[in-house]
Amino acid sequence: MIKIHNLYKKFGKNEVLKGIDLSINEGGIFAVLGPNGSGKTTLIKSILGMVIPNSGEIQVNGMSVKQNFKYRDEIDYLPQIANFPGNLKVNELIAMIKDLRASKTANDKELIELFKLEPFLDKKLVNLSGGTKQKVNLVLTFMFNSSLVILDEPTTGLDPISLLRLKKLIAQEKEKGKTILITSHILSFVEEVADEIVFLLEGKIYFKGSIADLRAQTKQPDFEHAIASILSDSYA
Amino acid sequence: MFSKTLIVCDSCEYKTIKSALEAAQDGDTILVKEGIYKEANIKVTKSVSIIGEGMPVIDGNEEGEIITIGADNVTIDGFFIKNVGLSYTTEYAAVRVVNSKGFTIQNLKLEKLFFGIYLQRASHGKVLNNKITGEAVTEFNSGNGVHMWHCDFVEVRGNDVRNVRDGIYLEFSSNNTIEDNFTLNSVRYGLHFMFSHDNKVRNNVFESNGAGIALMFSKDMEVNNNVIKKNWGTASYGILLKEINDAKIINNEFRENTIAITVEGSNRIEYMHNDFISNGYALRMRGASYDCKIMHNNFLYNSFDLSYHGPMNRNVFDGNYWSDYTGYDLDKDGIGDVPYRPIKLFSYIVNRNAQAIILLRSLFIDIIDFSEKVSPIFTPDNLVDENPRMKRIAHDKDS
Amino acid sequence: MLKILKYSFYDLMRSRWSYVYFLFYLLLGVVLLFLNNDLNKAVITLMNVIIMLVPLIGTIFGVMYYYNSREFTELLLAQPIKRSSIFLGQYLGVATSLMMSLVVGLGIPFVFYGVFYSDAIWDFILLLIAGAFLTFIFTALAFVIGLSNENRIKGFGYAILVWLFLAVIYDGIFLMSLIYFEDYPLDTFSLGAVLLNPVDLSRVLILLKLDISALLGYTGAVFHKFFGTNMGLILSFVMLTVWVAVPAFFIWRISKRKDF
Repeated sequence: MIKIHNLYKKFGKNEVLKGIDLSINEGGIFAVLGPNGSGKTTLIKSILGMVIPNSGEIQVNGMSVKQNFKYRDEIDYLPQIANFPGNLKVNELIAMIKDLRASKTANDKELIELFKLEPFLDKKLVNLSGGTKQKVNLVLTFMFNSSLVILDEPTTGLDPISLLRLKKLIAQEKEKGKTILITSHILSFVEEVADEIVFLLEGKIYFKGSIADLRAQTKQPDFEHAIASILSDSYA
Repeated sequence: MFSKTLIVCDSCEYKTIKSALEAAQDGDTILVKEGIYKEANIKVTKSVSIIGEGMPVIDGNEEGEIITIGADNVTIDGFFIKNVGLSYTTEYAAVRVVNSKGFTIQNLKLEKLFFGIYLQRASHGKVLNNKITGEAVTEFNSGNGVHMWHCDFVEVRGNDVRNVRDGIYLEFSSNNTIEDNFTLNSVRYGLHFMFSHDNKVRNNVFESNGAGIALMFSKDMEVNNNVIKKNWGTASYGILLKEINDAKIINNEFRENTIAITVEGSNRIEYMHNDFISNGYALRMRGASYDCKIMHNNFLYNSFDLSYHGPMNRNVFDGNYWSDYTGYDLDKDGIGDVPYRPIKLFSYIVNRNAQAIILLRSLFIDIIDFSEKVSPIFTPDNLVDENPRMKRIAHDKDS
Repeated sequence: MLKILKYSFYDLMRSRWSYVYFLFYLLLGVVLLFLNNDLNKAVITLMNVIIMLVPLIGTIFGVMYYYNSREFTELLLAQPIKRSSIFLGQYLGVATSLMMSLVVGLGIPFVFYGVFYSDAIWDFILLLIAGAFLTFIFTALAFVIGLSNENRIKGFGYAILVWLFLAVIYDGIFLMSLIYFEDYPLDTFSLGAVLLNPVDLSRVLILLKLDISALLGYTGAVFHKFFGTNMGLILSFVMLTVWVAVPAFFIWRISKRKDF
C-alpha cells in the first residue's frame, strides 16, 4: 500500500525527517504518534505530495508520488485545520469537491445525515462553528470510497456524540478493507481504534508495531505509560 | 466731368474687364455681369470701382497675377477669383495693391490661390468680408491669405481665411486694425506680425492654425476680445510673443491650445482678463521678460498654468483665478488667504529636460509636485499670486 | 485548472470586496461622466485612477486572497489535482474577478453615457485593456510574493514594495537618470525605460491616444513614431503579455517545488 524508503526532509536547517523507512500494508488502522515536532504531519504531507522530500522514495499503490498527482485519486485526506472559502455554502463546497473528483462516486447524503448537517447546508462556511466545520470536513473526507484514508487530528472540535459517530465510521471503513492512517494527540482515541502504531521521535521511527507490542517492549501496564516511558527515556 | 458706368458681359460692348478698363477714366464704375472671365494680369491704373454683379468669375488660368492695382481709390467688389499662378520666384496674388491709397477690396471669394490679397506700400484702405480658401499643405509652396508689406492705416475686417500659409500677414506695417476675422487651418500662423507697431487685433477667431497669432519684433500692440482655440500640435501655440514691448493682451479666450501664450524676451506686456481653458500650457515664459502684468485672468484646467525660465524679472501675478488653487478664504472677501504658486515643480523639470515630459501624469510626478507645493525648494520663491480669487472671474467683455 | 478558476471566481464574485471594488468603479464612472459631462476629461481622470489604483488593488487583493485561502489550498492539494493547476487557477480566478469589477463597473456608466457613439470609444477600450493587463500583471506578482513568503506580514510588505517600486520609485529613478545624463541622447533610453515598466507603458499608451499627446512635443513625436506603427504597438502588447507570463511562469515553478 504505502512504501517509504530512506526519506529525508529538511526545512531550512531544521532536519525534520531523518531517514524514514516504513511500509504499511493494505487494511487496518495505523496511528502515527509522536511529540510535537517529531515529523508526523511532515510525514503525512510527504505521502500526500504536499511536502517534497529532499531525498528518499515514497510509493503509494506502487506509484511513485514524485511529480505525480493521479495517485491521490485513491486517497481521502482530512486536514488538521478545516478552513474553506468563506463565501461558499456547505452544499456548494460539497458539490465542488465532488466536481473536482468527478471520477469517484460519493455517498455524501448518508454522511450528512450521520453528522446531522442538513440544517447547515444552505449556510455560508464563514458562519459555521469550528465543530460544524470539522463535521463538514469529515463529510468531505469520507464521502469518496478511496482505499487509503488519512486523518490528521480528526477529533479536533468534535462533541462527544460526533466523536462516537466518527469512531463508528472509522470502524465501518476498516470493515470495508481500507487502510486508515491517523495522527492524534488523544491517546485514548488511538488506543481504541488503532491496530498498529508508528511512533516517531526526532524524525526517526522509534517504534512500529501493535499497542500490545509496545506495552511489552516498554514493560508498562498501559498505553499512556508506555508512551510516557518512551518520552522520558529519550529525554532523560 | 461726370463719372460713367461701363458694363461688362458676354453680349455687351465690353466683353472683358481689361477692355472696359482701357476705356474707363478716373471715377468711373465698371459693372461686371455674371459670367466667367478668363483674364489674368489685369492692371488697374485708374481710380475706378470694379463691381461684380452675381459673383462673376475671374479665372486667371494659372498665368500669374490676376488683378494688380496701381492707383488710389480703387474698389474691387463681389468677384469669385480663382487660379492664380504658382511660382517660386514671384509672389503672385489674386489681388495686389501697389503704392496706393484709399482702396476697398470686399466681398471677394478667392480660391486656387498662391497669395490672396497682397498689399504693398498701400495705406488707408479696407479689406472687408472676403472669403479666402487656399489648399496649403506646407509652408514652402503656399502663400498668405492677406499679405501686407509696408502698409499703414488699413482696416482688415470680417474676412474668412482658410488653409493658407499665414491667414493674415503684416510686415513693417503700423496702425492697422484687424477685426472680426476668422482664420482656420493656416499652415503657419493665423495672424503674423513682423516689425509692425501700433496695430489692433480685435474680435477675431483663430482656430486650428499652426499657431494662432505670432507677434514678432513689434511694439505697442493691442490684442483684445479674440478667441484663440485648438491650435494643437507638437509646436503649436495660441499666441507667440517674440521681442515685443508694450502690448496689451486683454479679454481673450484661449481654449485647447498646446501652449496658449509663449513668450520670449518681451517686456511690459499686460495680460488681463483672459480665459485660459484646457490648454497644455497656459503661459510659457522664456528668456528675459521684464515688467509684465498677469492679472485678473482665469486659469482653468490647464496641464500647466505656467512654465517659467530664468529669474522673476519684476513680473506681477495678481488677482487671477486658478482652478488648481486649493486654499481657503476665511474672511470671505473672495480672495484666497493663502498665496498661490502657479508653477509646478514638474514644469520646472520639463524646462530643464524636455524628455522628462514622458513622465506626465505619473504618480511620482504628482507626489513631487505636491511636496514642492507644500515646501517650495526649486521653484522661484517670489513667483506667487498673493491674491488668488476664490471664484472664476466674470469678465466684462465690453471694457 | 478551469474548475479551480471557476470556483475561485465564484467565491470572489460573492465577496464583499468585489462589490466594493465594483461599486467604486461604477460610482467613479457615474460621477465623472454625468457630473462632469466631458468624456475626454473623464478618460484622463480614469487613466490616473487606473495607473495608480488598479496595480495597488491587484497586489493587495492578490496577496490577501493567497494568504486567506491557504487552508483551502491545502485541501485542494490533497485532491488529485495538479499543483500548478491549483495556483494558476486561483490566480486566474482572482485576476478575472478583479478585471470584471473594473470592466463592468466602468463599462455600465460609459455605455449609458453613449460611449459607443463617441470618438472616445477607442480611448476607453484602450483604457480598459490597460486596466485588464495591469490587473493580471499585479495579481500574478502578488501570487509569486505569496508563494515565496510564508510570513504574511512579510508578504504584504513585499507586495506594497513591489507596487511602490513600479508605480513610483521606478519613475523617480527614471527621472534622475534623465536629469543626470541630460547631455546624452536619451530617446532610446526613455523608450526602453517605458517599455520595461508596465505601469509606465500603460500610461504612455493611453497618453498618446489622448489629445494631450501634443503636449509631449518632440519626445511625444519620438514615442508617436514608435507606438504609432504596428510594430511598436505589437511590441508594447508583447511586453505587457511578458509581464503577465513571467510571473505566471514563476507561480508554476515555485508551486511545483514548494512544501505546504
